[in-house]
Amino acid sequence: MGHWILTTGILQLVLAYFATAGFGVLLNIPRRALNLSGWVGAAGWLTYEFLYFLLPTSINVKLAVGNLIAAVVIGVASGLAAHYKHMPMIIFNIPSLVPLVPGGQSYRVVRNLVTGHPHVASEYLAQVVIIAGVIAIGFLIAEFINRVTWRLIH
Amino acid sequence: MEQTNVMLQATLLAGAILLENGAEIERVEDTMQRIATNAGYPDAQIFVLLTGITVSLPEAATSQVRAIHRRGMDLEKVDQVNTLSRRFAAHDIDLTQFATQLDQVNQAVPTFPFSWLLIASAVVSVPLMVAFTGHATPADLVTCALAGTLGFSTYYWVNRLGSIRFLSEFMGALIIGLITLIGEHVAPGSYHPDAIIIGAVMPLVPGVAITNAVRDTMTGNLLSGPARAIEAILSACAIGVGIALTSFFY
Repeated sequence: MGHWILTTGILQLVLAYFATAGFGVLLNIPRRALNLSGWVGAAGWLTYEFLYFLLPTSINVKLAVGNLIAAVVIGVASGLAAHYKHMPMIIFNIPSLVPLVPGGQSYRVVRNLVTGHPHVASEYLAQVVIIAGVIAIGFLIAEFINRVTWRLIH
Repeated sequence: MEQTNVMLQATLLAGAILLENGAEIERVEDTMQRIATNAGYPDAQIFVLLTGITVSLPEAATSQVRAIHRRGMDLEKVDQVNTLSRRFAAHDIDLTQFATQLDQVNQAVPTFPFSWLLIASAVVSVPLMVAFTGHATPADLVTCALAGTLGFSTYYWVNRLGSIRFLSEFMGALIIGLITLIGEHVAPGSYHPDAIIIGAVMPLVPGVAITNAVRDTMTGNLLSGPARAIEAILSACAIGVGIALTSFFY
């Protein structure tokens, strides 16, 4: 596991940081939020990759559990970041989702349908549904955690 | 009467800016309700759909509607409306100032220069290609950066010039497919077209839209959530068809 963190882990962390910050620029987030949202995204993606590496289950279960926990991490981290920077949460959680969201899968569904591979398309469609649903639930859980901590502090 | 009108206009405009630039329905309703309450109308009724907003004041027996035709992503505007709404709540600015400043936010906010967008689209495409597929031969990296950048600029300019939403995504995807196809014949060494395409389409794909559709549906917006999903499906179709058209030549 230590070996995984040193090789794949650090590489994935850096990749996700750049991808999130870049996506932040495309979504025109305020400049002073770029760096922080990059790290929120990196934390989410690292969580996902780590769980994907760790869990000994089938791919769909890996996707579900990995994305769920990653979405919770992103939700809680963006709550903290939003509080720290006095900005709305979506400035941090929308760009941070870019490595996780099923955008690539959704395009693959259509592409495989058009090129005549309906079976591959339905596999990807299942992934789209799983990932999108699980991320939404993850955000709900994160919202709950944020509210409870807020209550405990005050 | 005058005051009521200003309040209705300001509330609607704030909601419209938020909705047009990527906020979820719940956030739009929440912000509008706060503005109305702070303006002295706690009983205002707010009804937000993905395609239009209504505010009505039962006591004054008056209401206004605003249709929403354009939906994009500009989080700077969301942030500025949020800041203005906070300042209004703290009585830093009065209702008239709030309305004028909202107008300014709607007209113009700081954006990144086009050169930054180009770099950003490469910075989204290439790391995600490596993160998703693990392929990183020199030919892959260079083609993916090129395809990502040119695909995004096509999308951006078609949107700018004609503002036909799904056409811009289709054209962007078509360019990405063509560049990948050309690269296959030109590039030396090992080359992974599937990896390149998946990286290069990342700035265009509606992943966030799909997730927001589910989130909106879960918060009880049973009309707006599915409407968002249909929008996302259409844009996935545009991109998928654009790529598929070129992939017939492999």
